[in-house]
Amino acid sequence: MRLLSPTKVRLLSFGRGDVLAGSGGPTVRSLTSPPLLTRRGLPKEKMSENGLMSRAKVLTIDTMNPTVKKVEYAVRGPIVQRAVELERELSEGMKKPFVEVIRANIGDAHAMGQQPITFFRQVLALCSYPELLNDSTFPEDAKSRAHRILQSCGGNSMGSYSASQGIDSVRQDVARYIERRDGGVSCDPDDIYLTTGASDGIVTMLKLLMCGEGAARTGVMISIPQYPLYSAALAELGAVQINYYLNEENCWSLDITELQRALDEARLHCNPRALCIINPGNPTGQVQSRECIEDVIRFAAKERLFLMADEVYQDNVYADGCQFHSFKKVLFEMGPEYSNTVELASFHSTSKCYMGECGFRGGYMEIINMDDDVKAQLTKLVSVRLCPPVPGQALMDLVVNPPQPGEPSYDNFIKERTATLSVLAEKAKLTEQVLNTVQGISCNPVQGAMYSFPRITIPKKAIEEALDKGQQPDMFYCMKMLEETGICLVPGSGFGQKEGTYHFRMTILPPTDKLQILLNKVKEFHQKFTQQYS
Amino acid sequence: PIRLESLSVPSLLKHVKGFSAEAERPAMNGVPQRGKLLTLDNMNPKVKRVEYAVRGPIVQRAVQIEKELREGVKKPFTEVIKANIGDAHAMGQKPITFLRQVLALCSYPELLKDNQFPEDAKKRAQRILEACGGHSIGAYSASQGIECIRHDVAHFIEKRDGGIPSNPDNIYLSTGASDAIVTILKLLVSGEGRDRTGVMISIPQYPLYSAALAELDAVQISYYLDEDKCWSLDVKELRRALYAARQHCNPRVLCIINPGNPTGQVQSRQCIEDVIRFAKEENLFLMADEVYQDNVYAEGCQFHSFKKVLFEMGPEYSSKVEMASFHSTSKCYMGECGFRGGYMEVINMDPEVKAQLTKLVSVRLCPPVPGQALLDLVVNPPQPDEPSYATFMKERTAVLAALAEKAKLTEQIFNTVPGITCNPVQGAMYTFPRISLPQKAIDKAKEEGQVPDMFYCMKLLEEEGICLVPGSGFGQREGTFHFRMTILPPTEKLKLVLKKIKDFHLRFTKEFS
Repeated sequence: MRLLSPTKVRLLSFGRGDVLAGSGGPTVRSLTSPPLLTRRGLPKEKMSENGLMSRAKVLTIDTMNPTVKKVEYAVRGPIVQRAVELERELSEGMKKPFVEVIRANIGDAHAMGQQPITFFRQVLALCSYPELLNDSTFPEDAKSRAHRILQSCGGNSMGSYSASQGIDSVRQDVARYIERRDGGVSCDPDDIYLTTGASDGIVTMLKLLMCGEGAARTGVMISIPQYPLYSAALAELGAVQINYYLNEENCWSLDITELQRALDEARLHCNPRALCIINPGNPTGQVQSRECIEDVIRFAAKERLFLMADEVYQDNVYADGCQFHSFKKVLFEMGPEYSNTVELASFHSTSKCYMGECGFRGGYMEIINMDDDVKAQLTKLVSVRLCPPVPGQALMDLVVNPPQPGEPSYDNFIKERTATLSVLAEKAKLTEQVLNTVQGISCNPVQGAMYSFPRITIPKKAIEEALDKGQQPDMFYCMKMLEETGICLVPGSGFGQKEGTYHFRMTILPPTDKLQILLNKVKEFHQKFTQQYS
Repeated sequence: PIRLESLSVPSLLKHVKGFSAEAERPAMNGVPQRGKLLTLDNMNPKVKRVEYAVRGPIVQRAVQIEKELREGVKKPFTEVIKANIGDAHAMGQKPITFLRQVLALCSYPELLKDNQFPEDAKKRAQRILEACGGHSIGAYSASQGIECIRHDVAHFIEKRDGGIPSNPDNIYLSTGASDAIVTILKLLVSGEGRDRTGVMISIPQYPLYSAALAELDAVQISYYLDEDKCWSLDVKELRRALYAARQHCNPRVLCIINPGNPTGQVQSRQCIEDVIRFAKEENLFLMADEVYQDNVYAEGCQFHSFKKVLFEMGPEYSSKVEMASFHSTSKCYMGECGFRGGYMEVINMDPEVKAQLTKLVSVRLCPPVPGQALLDLVVNPPQPDEPSYATFMKERTAVLAALAEKAKLTEQIFNTVPGITCNPVQGAMYTFPRISLPQKAIDKAKEEGQVPDMFYCMKLLEEEGICLVPGSGFGQREGTFHFRMTILPPTEKLKLVLKKIKDFHLRFTKEFS
């Protein structure tokens, strides 16, 4: 104890007061700095149970990054954690009013039993273990795709780093895909950045857009309800979230007067610079009309907003009369006045559509009209993470360059693709129909994407009980549903909703027979719940 | 200064209602044309400060030259050799058969019926698939990583560390080690002004650290490795750096890379103990980047994990010092960079903070599942009684033996060149030799607005087609110059590279003296 370091000596003299009060320590700094600074650099001490001084952690909830604390991500929030616990309890033999937990909280197609597209997986197996190229059981088109991908990898191996922007040949294939999709509107592979899922691309773009402090801080417009990646990223980046509300009465449509209202109000306290659109909608399942997209583009041009178009559900359109229109295509069809000026980033992914390959974390973004200097900064920024996962890039390549008519895998590919999409269309309809038979649940048509976001009426007594427990009423509802039926949904509050309204998000992905059971269980639960609290 | 900037007139005017936010500028034809909405001046200033030399201007030029060569432009060389990055497969290293067999089986489970695959590969694939939602690697995993893989990682760590327990709940799978390193730094950043988090990193360092700190707006605290003592780390120097930094920030974190990147040193057990004692005394969170843990070549050197040393120092340390250690599938004998697999183990982390960490990683859904599967095979490779064991060991040993040979070769050849001095490459995958540059060359570089070692490397690239990274990208003592070169090219090619660098250096020295 005689060999105390200077630090320890200082600590003995005033360390504890510092920690407990957080102010007033007799340091020089405290005269000139905010009180919190006094404990800086000094080991914090706290009294432990046995009366001995014990060090507090370096990293505590009080001293960690405050922006991280503000992050919320309901899709994998407390309700999912409880679902995992319940699964464990079931596996340990505990008695429950259900035999399995059904996770309808997340758009995870394969987890719900959807089979991978054979062609994709054949090519990935070939890329993983090129010895198989000598195997005659693989179709020639799969082999030639694998060969092409491997040739554009360093050392002909998926195990080498790719260019940070993504493999050249894959970016070229993406560009051609976009051109085909958009009726010939040209696409430059240099504007394509491959990503680690769409989330990565979205966060990267938002990051670029951040600047200013206080009233000059970047504001970003997002829909309510929204996919909580956006609110989470904005919280982490310290950006200002600007909510615009989708119109539930009009099938979750987007209304320009609402955009204008939100923007005008936001201008008083931040610097709105970006407008995010999810089309087809998540969690709301609407598909935007061409006209609405034009309006949005005109609005963005007029108000000088950077457009971010999240189009990961572009193949998931089910409703009659609905069609997917890419922002890029509409932008270019509006003429050079718009197509030369409006700055746009659009996002796509391997996780949704008919492939549902979430685990590979494949994706891309296309950037349009981005300033060259900023683009160079973007390229530099993505280089720090070296590259997106190469298997995901390979998969992305197959999605944008699937088997062509005349190739041996074509028929089977189309068969599998069509089957998946038509089953999804059927389930979209089924979900809407069944939920709308329940009194107190009203559900818009699931025009696209993979979710239903029905509105639920929660009796006043239930609301009060929830508030007593310090829970959001729809969280209370969903938690109760989970405990009683084993169905895991995400409460609407995790996505945002108009005050006084309640919703939940449910995927339509379970196999049809299971979905049917699930919908019936939701129905029964809702009726019981309503009765119990009225 | 940041505050002042944000109060500039244009930004204030933006908030006055009715004032047009549009920046008009005259175009050639006289019609006012709008500038871009997102420009270098109004983009995220933190992103602008990010630098990452390993893929910097020199690599961009290398890519251009490759294109020129393809287009038939005449050069004094026929191919560009990219010795800038630790990318083993790109340099011709073959993947480990067993790892790839299992990945093929996981990708296309139909192959499980195929007799050409060994039983142990099938068994591993089956086990991984069973742990995946819907038995598909196409399903999202838990955000922290697939549970059974986290268990395997924990067993691996226990075995490696002589039985010291590892809790699977403390394991987070990641998208390469970079992802996890940035995530932990992100948790640690707080405070403003003089209370802003400071992070101690070695100089030279792997520039992921400086890049992440720039982006997170943390204060970088540089401590210098001792080049004269084989890039060893000296606690006195740590203390100097720390005390100096306390004047202007709040130092909370100490990052160590062992074996070292770019410097190739392997830390002694004693030194690790000293570092741990220092971290405890000074209340620092330890980050141990141990991605090169199998890459130890020099005799008498051995890898000691920070975790093991920490626990061997007794509960006074092991129950207190907060630490995160990082590993990856990209280095060692496997070199599977493209899969972006990795993990971190967190030790003594506050449970509330851990809950925040779990929440934070959930936003990105999950690390790539093929990378998770690969990591599982790395931590749970074929065992002596399994059919793939012999081949696996043969392949693994061959890779590591060749690396050891190349490490020695590199050091030997460089040290024959007057004006190049090179420490032994004890571990990792790089050499970081010191080069003396003639004053005339330094002056010329400055004239051209370039850092002298960038000037040197750029000239080397143009004249010999060899792509290295200048030492300034990693940091070095002022007035000294270095470059980083991987030792990964196949031996014959490496010899050629070394000879070309030797010739170039002699020529360069003559030209500028």
